[in-house]
Amino acid sequence: MKLAVYALGAGLAVSTALAATADAKTLRWASQGDALTMDPHAQNEGPTGTLNSQVYDSLIHRDAGLVKTPGLAVSWSTVEPTVWRFKLRQGVSFHGGQPFTADDVVFSLRRALSETSDFKNYINSIEEVRKVDDLTVDIITKGPNPILPDQITSIRIMDKEWSEQNKVEKPQNYKEAEETFAVRNANGTGPFIVAQRDPGIRTVLKRNDAWWGWGVTDPKTNVEEVVYTPIANPATRVAALLSGEVDFVLDPPLQDLARIGATSGLKVSQVNQIRTIFFGMDVGAAELRHSNVKGKNPFQDPKVREAMYRAIDVDTIKAKTMRGLSFPAGIITSGGVHGYTPELDQRLSYDPAKSKALLAEAGYPDGFEVQLDCPNDRYNNDEAICQATVGMLARIGVKASLNARSKSVYFKSLQNKESDFYLLGWGVPTHDSHYVFSYLAASKGSWNFVNFSDKRLDDLTNAMEIETDSAKRDAMIAEAWKILKDSNVYIPLHHQVIAWGLKAGLELPIIANDSPQFRMAMWK
Amino acid sequence: MVSYVIRRLFQAILVMLVVALVSFSMFTYAGDPVNNMVGQEASRADREALRERLGLNDPFVLQFGRFVGRAVQGEFGISYQLQRPVEHLIAERMPATLELVFVSAILALATGIPLGVYCGIHRHSWVSRVLLTVSLVGVSLPTFVIGIFMIYLFAVHLGWLPSFGRGETVKLGWWSTGFLTPSGLLALIMPSITLSLFQTTLIMRLVRAEMLEVMRTDYIKFARARGLSDRAINFGHALKNTLVPVITIAGLNIGALIAFSIITETVFQWPGMGLLFIQAVSFADVPIMSAYLVLVAFVFVAINLIVDLLYYAVDPRLSVDKGAAAGRPS
Repeated sequence: MKLAVYALGAGLAVSTALAATADAKTLRWASQGDALTMDPHAQNEGPTGTLNSQVYDSLIHRDAGLVKTPGLAVSWSTVEPTVWRFKLRQGVSFHGGQPFTADDVVFSLRRALSETSDFKNYINSIEEVRKVDDLTVDIITKGPNPILPDQITSIRIMDKEWSEQNKVEKPQNYKEAEETFAVRNANGTGPFIVAQRDPGIRTVLKRNDAWWGWGVTDPKTNVEEVVYTPIANPATRVAALLSGEVDFVLDPPLQDLARIGATSGLKVSQVNQIRTIFFGMDVGAAELRHSNVKGKNPFQDPKVREAMYRAIDVDTIKAKTMRGLSFPAGIITSGGVHGYTPELDQRLSYDPAKSKALLAEAGYPDGFEVQLDCPNDRYNNDEAICQATVGMLARIGVKASLNARSKSVYFKSLQNKESDFYLLGWGVPTHDSHYVFSYLAASKGSWNFVNFSDKRLDDLTNAMEIETDSAKRDAMIAEAWKILKDSNVYIPLHHQVIAWGLKAGLELPIIANDSPQFRMAMWK
Repeated sequence: MVSYVIRRLFQAILVMLVVALVSFSMFTYAGDPVNNMVGQEASRADREALRERLGLNDPFVLQFGRFVGRAVQGEFGISYQLQRPVEHLIAERMPATLELVFVSAILALATGIPLGVYCGIHRHSWVSRVLLTVSLVGVSLPTFVIGIFMIYLFAVHLGWLPSFGRGETVKLGWWSTGFLTPSGLLALIMPSITLSLFQTTLIMRLVRAEMLEVMRTDYIKFARARGLSDRAINFGHALKNTLVPVITIAGLNIGALIAFSIITETVFQWPGMGLLFIQAVSFADVPIMSAYLVLVAFVFVAINLIVDLLYYAVDPRLSVDKGAAAGRPS
């Protein structure tokens, strides 16, 4: 018993000593999932991109408002319809000391285009990359591509000599069951250098005092060290923030935000995320897979689709399910994406009486049965949203049976086209509407599981990809949105809100793509 | 004795093959790793190509044969999620789990046995009754509730102990230990208490029940009649005879602790094998899942074998009986 008291006393003394030595120059943060690899072209995924963006730079960066700013390229323009010329920044070196030149850009873009790269579809409009001189690179595209700069912000630049020395000229090929050097080692031009990398346990970044951007794009941060530990359990993560053991939590659960905000010394920042949550209804199948309606597909009738739309009360979902943390949406993309307008974002009104009338007109006075497929661990409160919707649809007579599953199983079944009616969230990394149409609305779109097929929209999508006149292009985008919105194949719900929990003395602008940039951090 | 051990070894191999087969076939239903490995822009053709490269389209028998062939050489493939060989990952995480389990087991035995003996000897005292009631808490509250409660009390409110992680560790060869640093020892306290609670209760009640049983036997009465001291009776004779079932249960439980420290590790973000496994499940990272289950089977089998062999050391009747039954001199 005495031993226990002494041990606790010693523990108290030691832990207060430890707490005192953690000074303002270190930023400790936590989130649910760690980065998977330090190879910047191997995995196109949130936490991986966040970590790699601290260590590696791209040609074009985005600031806190997601506006494009010069990165490793100081200027860019089209010299011919299919040729973009990038002028590179002078006097930049990699963390290992190697100088940054056009050879590195050519190498990195070719690497990102290679077979095993997960980024090749971002830049599949690129035909060839050519060095003009040590500080100029030409990118030749297959057809005119007005949004190449938007797409190139995601491609990070590696050093050619370092990659060849360490045999990582190509991103990892899973067939050779070996780890490549780039999985846990990095050599970039970015504002931070990797000091320690224990995947799943702890990652330590040290400030790169020689970074070209201090005083140019960002004031020099007084954060000398960034320490990241993943904490999978949400309650433990919040406890770590409340006890002061971490300074910043990327993804506190929604129900704890009030508590964090009310704790002295902590604050919550939030912003509208560029991710919209919506339902999709299959209009291509001749008969629904899990329904009592035989011989025809109720979703093919526009009246039925409008009835489903008007039955869902998004404001109640916002108040009760999302605890106020969502923005009701009228289209399936949010502000920050080129082509979005507030007028488009107006919803059809919530009107369950009209829904019932529309269903009766369409020949379903008693409603019908259908299965609603939903993930339960991918989007904020995804399963709860679906449960609320099931209740609302029951009021108009549509008996939806909820099939909620983990994302590993859910997305596989979506891609096997097994769903009649499903929930999906969509983000837009290029900040341009073409991305949304090409994946979700074009007939061949790889995520178009509603089987929407409209010739005019397909033509518009192809045309806007190569139209360089911005007035003409904007008109095409507006027309395409009108077609998609009027069809009601997708029922938009809301734009997600992201909230970060952090110490009150830490200034870290919250960014709508949920990727903190520590070069913008400053301790007050 | 030797033939017994050899027979047990054959049984062990058979058990492990069956476990490998069952776990491997389950993973076809665990979900699709390919979707977790590529971004949303990947085309169907890309996904198919990746599936081919990973060998996921090959017939089941071929995939299983490849798996067993490599497993025998100690290779379990490469993790889809972390892109590193699985055996390195497990070797890196094993020290954390083993240290946690070791400390929990010691705690459970060191607390459970003395308390159980006390409750067995002074079965009517109010202290015994209080202990038994409180111990019910240990079995009825789920591990994660106890863990979160302790974090809330000791880390958030009092600030005495760290709420997550393992603290600073020191590497001795390939083994990373938390025993040599103050932050490592502090970090061990809450997780090991949480993990050991169920065990402590179990051992305490078991030892108590066995003690009550043994105290009633004739040889204890004769020992008392002969005037032996209480200490000699209780610990010299009674305790030794209660140990056989305690060893069995404790052994089985250690296997369970190693295999199922998952929840405690998740709550405390303890970087052990359990946390690795649960993250692999949500990612559908089949190589880690299969390797882990095979490893767990191995642990159970090995521990059971050791426990059976310990019987011979503790209970001399067994070796005599076995010999007599087989018709051979022991």
